[in-house]
Amino acid sequence: MENWLMETFLWNNQQLPVLQIVVPLLAAPLCLLINHRWYNWLFTLAVSSFSFFVAALLLLQVSQEGAEPISYYLGGWLPPYGIEIRIDQLNAFVLMLITAMSTVVLLSAHTSLENKIEIAPDKNTYLYVAYLLCLAGLVGILLTGDAFNLFVFLEVSSLATYTLIALGRDRRALWATFQYLVMGTIGATFILIGIGLLYMKTGTLNMADLAQRLPELSESRTIFVAFCFFIVGVCLKIALFPLHFWLPNAYAYAPTVVTAFLAASATKVALYIVIRFVFFVFGVEFSFTIIPLEKVFVILGTLGIIIASLVAIKQQNIKRMLAYSSVAQIGYMVLGVSLSTAAGLMAGLLHLFNHALMKGALFLALGSILYRIGGVTLRHMQGVGKTMPFTMAAFLVGGLSIIGVPLTVGFVSKWYLLQAMLAEGWYVVSIIILIGSLLSVIYIWKIVEVAYFKPALPNNANVKESPLSLLIPIWILVAANIYFGIDTRLPVALTEQISIQLFQGVAIP
Amino acid sequence: MSVNTLMQLVLVLPLCLVPLILLLRNHPNLREGASILFGVLQFALVWQIFGHFENGESLTLTWFTIFPGLPVAFEVEPLGLIFALVASSLWPLTTLYAIGYMRSHNEQNQTRFYTFFAIAIFAVMGIAFAQNLMTLFIFYEVLTLSTFPLVTHAGTENAKKGGRIYLGILLTTSILFFLLAVIGTWVTAGTLDFKLNGIFASDSSNSTLGILLALFIFGIGKAAIMPFHKWLPSAMVAPTPVSSLLHAVAVVKAGVFTVIKVCVYTFGIERLGELPSTEFLAYLAGFTILASSIIALRQNNLKARLAYSTVSQLGYVTMGALLATPLGIIGSSMHITMHAFSKITLFFCAGAIMVAAHKKDVDQMQGLGKQMPLTFIAFAIASLGIIGLPPAGGTWSKWFLLMGTVESEYWILMVVLMLSSLLSIAYLLTIPLRAFFPKEKPQEELTLPAGKIDLAPTASLVALTLTAIACIFLFWYADAIYHLASKLV
Repeated sequence: MENWLMETFLWNNQQLPVLQIVVPLLAAPLCLLINHRWYNWLFTLAVSSFSFFVAALLLLQVSQEGAEPISYYLGGWLPPYGIEIRIDQLNAFVLMLITAMSTVVLLSAHTSLENKIEIAPDKNTYLYVAYLLCLAGLVGILLTGDAFNLFVFLEVSSLATYTLIALGRDRRALWATFQYLVMGTIGATFILIGIGLLYMKTGTLNMADLAQRLPELSESRTIFVAFCFFIVGVCLKIALFPLHFWLPNAYAYAPTVVTAFLAASATKVALYIVIRFVFFVFGVEFSFTIIPLEKVFVILGTLGIIIASLVAIKQQNIKRMLAYSSVAQIGYMVLGVSLSTAAGLMAGLLHLFNHALMKGALFLALGSILYRIGGVTLRHMQGVGKTMPFTMAAFLVGGLSIIGVPLTVGFVSKWYLLQAMLAEGWYVVSIIILIGSLLSVIYIWKIVEVAYFKPALPNNANVKESPLSLLIPIWILVAANIYFGIDTRLPVALTEQISIQLFQGVAIP
Repeated sequence: MSVNTLMQLVLVLPLCLVPLILLLRNHPNLREGASILFGVLQFALVWQIFGHFENGESLTLTWFTIFPGLPVAFEVEPLGLIFALVASSLWPLTTLYAIGYMRSHNEQNQTRFYTFFAIAIFAVMGIAFAQNLMTLFIFYEVLTLSTFPLVTHAGTENAKKGGRIYLGILLTTSILFFLLAVIGTWVTAGTLDFKLNGIFASDSSNSTLGILLALFIFGIGKAAIMPFHKWLPSAMVAPTPVSSLLHAVAVVKAGVFTVIKVCVYTFGIERLGELPSTEFLAYLAGFTILASSIIALRQNNLKARLAYSTVSQLGYVTMGALLATPLGIIGSSMHITMHAFSKITLFFCAGAIMVAAHKKDVDQMQGLGKQMPLTFIAFAIASLGIIGLPPAGGTWSKWFLLMGTVESEYWILMVVLMLSSLLSIAYLLTIPLRAFFPKEKPQEELTLPAGKIDLAPTASLVALTLTAIACIFLFWYADAIYHLASKLV
């Protein structure tokens, strides 16, 4: 049955890769024409589901035994002159993750955006337009095999993201957008400088070509500088400590649907760029022996984990608290990458996957609370455990997952990360990781105590549980948090294969 | 019933009770009836498993595999069987006791109470039968989390503070040390299975293993080795049935059980004796025994006194395991049982005194023996069990532990054990003595209603009498437990 479906519809369709970018890109202006709350939502949801479906097919295709990466030449122009779309397991994996997250988040968008606290009622259309553009940009970044094209898509997604954040009803959203705009532009400029230098030295923009030509030039000062510019620029985008200042404000004041989407996708895609360039384009040799990336990442990663978690504990606004928690969690992923072993990379990738699930669930649960209560500071959370039991239970599971309690995905990430660390003898870093997870106990438990032990505020005492249209997407993600915490085969097998490929056949113990 | 189904049932039966409790939330009598019924069933099932085990059958079960090569799996072995038997036999008794206690005390949220109680028992079964360290760790964490709502049951500021310390210490130790030790073991040994004589290759370095052992001992916070014992007195804000089953039996025993299990099945006794940190840790356990006995002596609140006494007795078990001699291991395993029955009786009595006479402090209990004779007789018997005097079961375990120190020539620890026994006479036995033979006249006379011999609620009285009888019973029939424990070495 499945085979039949694939063969008739899409399996052998050579145009699949480009459809992945073109469909959301063209759908965005269409939204503007539809300009109807309900249809816009359905349409966006359909586009996102289509992307997810195609992403799943692509992943299946590249995950088969002995499958070669898919190469697609845009407009039939051969690389290195034309742009190549190149899909291997790494980007297919991240692609599936973000399209899936985008779809689940969108499920709740319609109801969530009814909330006038989140977004002005007449701005809904813009949100969907920007959302689709952002999705198109992110998908483009993932699929393209061309360094300059990557920059273009990065700008597409960034500009769309600025719009998305600015749509937040809170006036501080504008300031947050401006902050992000400035930081994001600096980051993009750095990336562009890096790519420009690379082009100057190698004469190609195609990533596979770059990867071939760079080893000969590894002594060159220019390449060194190009690497530094590029990595600093991307680290701004992944909000690696101390380049994270844009993130908490942006997450806190954007509409919650947007926050959930960005938390689950934007930083993940940026991290993909790091992995792609560090391991594939520049190569492990160059990145970790000629450039001391290991030291930089370890220091920034651990500092990020500790400091961001401490700051998170201090927050009153829970969206900001979770935003700081995201900064800390990015530290874990970067630590995984910094190990420069296949096991470490695998742990980083696994956490990328798992963290998207946790933060998606948590932010959506916050959206549900915002929908009913009208605020998400600690005070607003009082008594939520009684008045909105299902939402709060979902939040609790997400929180336990952040802490890394067994049978949730957080435990799986922590297990592999620690295993990779201990195998290399990084004892101090392992302990810092564990301390980070203890700090997360504190900030999560602060919320849990308030929600379950404090009586509800008088005007919230009669609040009802959120409608199913909000609860279902939340619980899909919660179920995923538990399911992938128990049956880890899919993400573990995938990340393991990807890491082995990137390290060319070094098996993971 | 096939062995496989039996194993499945033993593990999931407490979970099956949860929906039933929720369904019967408006019918307290049925709800508690179901709890007791399931408790009895649970014991019957564990007993069946015991029978199969005695026949030499191997009982294993695999649920699912989380990490390649690391399934959540279960296997019956002697130590786990002892623990499961103890926990499952005391569960229905505690439920019986709880009926009397919770109703006389007009506690709120009783449904939540029974629900999380059942989940905690589920976690205990998982710990008892875990086949590898990871499975054990998972259920260990489930136990911590599921008992949190029980500790904070009252919902007051005080309960919240106690809960915070409880969760704080247990999670800190388990995440920071225990998990690190588990993964460290996995990386060093390549397996986490429990095997007699240990899993480490003979060429793995003793210093690494020494560090791992220290991480285990400190990481298993439920064993309450100083300085990580504070959670246990804090947990006493919970209703007494919780304190008695969970914080005298299930949770703390899960801790020391894990210690013995790691010593015997992960390191192996022989290897354990060679490690550089063993001696230090054994002395630390000795220090815990003595220090907490002294603290117990100074507590006026009865539950706090019992809590510190528990810390001290847990030290016995940990120390016995760390002696790394067969006698020490046997003594420790037996002490799990003996201490469980004695301590639960003591807690039952403390709770009964609290609901019947509204007295929490030791100095107010003078002369109370006339009104609550059965309660105080039970208290006296259980005290003998803790001290280790005949005719209570505690005699045997203390005997073996003492022999263990002699065998391994830890003379200081031998003295510690004797001193601590003397101290426990002072802080425990004086209570019933003063109840029957008061030094000064009590300020207010409580009158006993006609036709009753004891003020305690009847259901509670039945429960505490049964456990007190069990303490004496264990003196005469300690053989069965010795028999099981000796299979460990």
